[in-house]
Amino acid sequence: MRIFSSPNFNFIQWRWHALILSLALLAAGVTSIYLRGGVPLGIEFTGGTAVVLRFEQPVGEDAVRSAIAGVSNESVVQQFGPPDAREIMIRLPLIAGQEQGEALSEGARQVEEAVRAADIGAFEVRSSDSIGPVMGLDYQRKGIWATISALAGILIYVGFRFRFTFALGAIVASLHDILLTVVFLSWAGYDLTLNVIAALLAISGYSVNDTIVVFDRVRENQRQMRREPLDEIVNKSVNQTISRTIITAGTTLLAVLALLIFGGEVLRGFALTMVIGVIVGTYSTVFIAAAIAIILSRRPASAQVQGRAQGSAKAKRA
Amino acid sequence: MQKNLRWKVLAIVLVIGLAVVAIVPPSERIHLGLDLQGGIHLMLKVQTDDALRVETETSSEQFVEALKSAGVTVNAPRIVSITEFVIDGVPAAADQQVRTLADQQLTDYDRQVSGGAYTFRMRQNIQIQRRAESVTQAIQTIERRVNELGVSEPTVAPYGSTGDQIVVELPGVSNTARAKDIIGQTALLALHLVEAGPLADQASLLSAYGGQVPADMTVVTGAVSRDDPTVYYYLVRRVPVVTGEDLRTARQTIGDFNEPAVSFTLNSEGVAKFSRVTAANVGRSLAIVLDSRVVSAPTIETPISQPDARITGRFTQQEADDLALVLRSGALPASLTYLDEREVGPTLGADSVRAGITASLIGLAIVTLFMLVYYRLAGINAFVSISMNLLILLGFMAYLGAVMTLPGIAGFILTIGMGVDSNVLIFERIREELDAKRGARQAISAGFDRVFITILDTHIASLIAAGFLFQFGTGPIRGFATTLFFGLISNVFTAVFVSRTLFEFMLSRRPAGAARVSI
Repeated sequence: MRIFSSPNFNFIQWRWHALILSLALLAAGVTSIYLRGGVPLGIEFTGGTAVVLRFEQPVGEDAVRSAIAGVSNESVVQQFGPPDAREIMIRLPLIAGQEQGEALSEGARQVEEAVRAADIGAFEVRSSDSIGPVMGLDYQRKGIWATISALAGILIYVGFRFRFTFALGAIVASLHDILLTVVFLSWAGYDLTLNVIAALLAISGYSVNDTIVVFDRVRENQRQMRREPLDEIVNKSVNQTISRTIITAGTTLLAVLALLIFGGEVLRGFALTMVIGVIVGTYSTVFIAAAIAIILSRRPASAQVQGRAQGSAKAKRA
Repeated sequence: MQKNLRWKVLAIVLVIGLAVVAIVPPSERIHLGLDLQGGIHLMLKVQTDDALRVETETSSEQFVEALKSAGVTVNAPRIVSITEFVIDGVPAAADQQVRTLADQQLTDYDRQVSGGAYTFRMRQNIQIQRRAESVTQAIQTIERRVNELGVSEPTVAPYGSTGDQIVVELPGVSNTARAKDIIGQTALLALHLVEAGPLADQASLLSAYGGQVPADMTVVTGAVSRDDPTVYYYLVRRVPVVTGEDLRTARQTIGDFNEPAVSFTLNSEGVAKFSRVTAANVGRSLAIVLDSRVVSAPTIETPISQPDARITGRFTQQEADDLALVLRSGALPASLTYLDEREVGPTLGADSVRAGITASLIGLAIVTLFMLVYYRLAGINAFVSISMNLLILLGFMAYLGAVMTLPGIAGFILTIGMGVDSNVLIFERIREELDAKRGARQAISAGFDRVFITILDTHIASLIAAGFLFQFGTGPIRGFATTLFFGLISNVFTAVFVSRTLFEFMLSRRPAGAARVSI
């Protein structure tokens, strides 16, 4: 069975359309995030308290909301997971100066007591997180460093193995994937949590993976097609690997969909990020990464020939 | 079968065997993280300033004591900051004596003299050393307390780069409040001779002393008996008779009225000090001060020379139990604040494990089904290599004692995705080679050879990402990076070596001319 038999699409021809589409989406996303006052961060990063309660009988959000009205007027009460799970998540913002001694989890304790006092049904505490401002900043810093250093490491490796412009193409494509995924997540109403950051980094790895497969093929084709312009070589390489790109994306999507559907509520953010990221990553491999590599490789004719000779010399060494 | 092939099959069987040995039985060999097991995660900050303050206070008092016994009377030491104290009122004639004594006793301090005032400041390197020591000591103390609590496989470890943070993980514990009480209690026990009190207010307590607290005394507060909750003031000697350091052990017991109490046993040094003081002070009271609060203040009826004593107070059974525990495990060198507290209920952990296993199995099944439909018999190769990849990954985790977390399960599912990717890359290439009218053997061999470089490139790039994730990541991210890292390594082995061996094995059973491959 085959999806494509000897595919010959002109992907490179669409590179400007693709770039404009991506830029438009990013601009819309960044604007909407900006208007909402920044990327919504999970309590790991902002500090605060999140308590998940599971009731024995279904309980409405409003009942819980009025039960804890006395605890904080900035609390957020929402259904956690499918309605039949009977779980409610309650989030409280950080109270100023809360980090002293015993006070950190005071909010969680008060919520528990208030719900118990309101007598709206038996419940158990599924999980309770209280994160102080110091750790919040620490997690933020670490998340940012992990992302930057992972991307820099990949950039150096790809630059070392391929041309530098290709490495830039790969990194721009993977930044594109991370940003677009964050945009879609914020539109879907998800917060940026530690798990989501892990998923975003997995996405960048996946995206670079995809791009390397195409670039490897470009390098191989450059040896046999020395007289062809780079556009054609890249286009041919994308076509040759398109079956693999689609099948891999499809199967990975199946695996992360299984995670999204069966993996439980805690991993929902992670799984959704992966689902979005795989789709965006596949799109960027085909339309963005190679396009940027070509645009960046555009140099005066003489330099271009030289550059290509260099590329193939490198390829031979590899 | 070719000899070469036989060795390859043997190597694969050996690896499977090693992995199976490592993970059997899984419930013991695969360590589950808190998010899968349920439990408490605490991030603490040691207030290392406390330790420096205590050190400065103790040094200054000991120095004044030493001066006194050498016949030099000076004013009470003034504590200027947590690392600095001033001794003044030194007679000019005693200058040399003070200098000599300071050279002997205060080697950890820099000295500055102006007029009759001597300023002592703790040296920078000593400050750093004391702070580090207090964190190490806090970790050891918390470890002892947690062990006494009977938690299996707890973690108490330094965290981060600031040097004063500790992470505590208590799997299977669900009472956060009690765990925090036990971990965070300073448990500084001291028995002080009472000079005046108990009285209901501080002013009348000090009226006999001209309204000032004398230099060698201090005021502490606490209850006077278990039936009276009023706070009373006591004026006590600053230097304690015995402290928690003189304890050999402590245990929960019952008092004269059948109420919960804590009894403790002094070590020989403690007994010596205790009997000397009690013999000289019959009829006076002894305040039992725990973390700056008077728990009780019994009267010394007779000289006490046996090592056992008892603390009664307003304890519940649980409080008495916990107090005995913290006294046994020793005092914390400094107080603690909480930076981060997470509690995962046991049912949530169990649900997560179930959901994770379900998702992994369903993911594997769907992917296998697809591969069988799309690549026919070669789909079996994919299934074998992916399953083996997961097995080896589990083996790595068990062998290294790595912790499986919920994001780690996500890493597992991604490993399935990567395994498929490598297989697809190889199979697509073999198809291309077959389309170019090569024979089955050449097509397989060319397919694997050409794709190997690509697989290496993609895996190394991902390994770099996983490595940085592990390095900079915290908790959940680390669990994810761990499974991703080892999944990548074993995938190179299974997708390339194992899968190729399977192809070669299938081809070896057909006559040379009729070699065909189902892909």
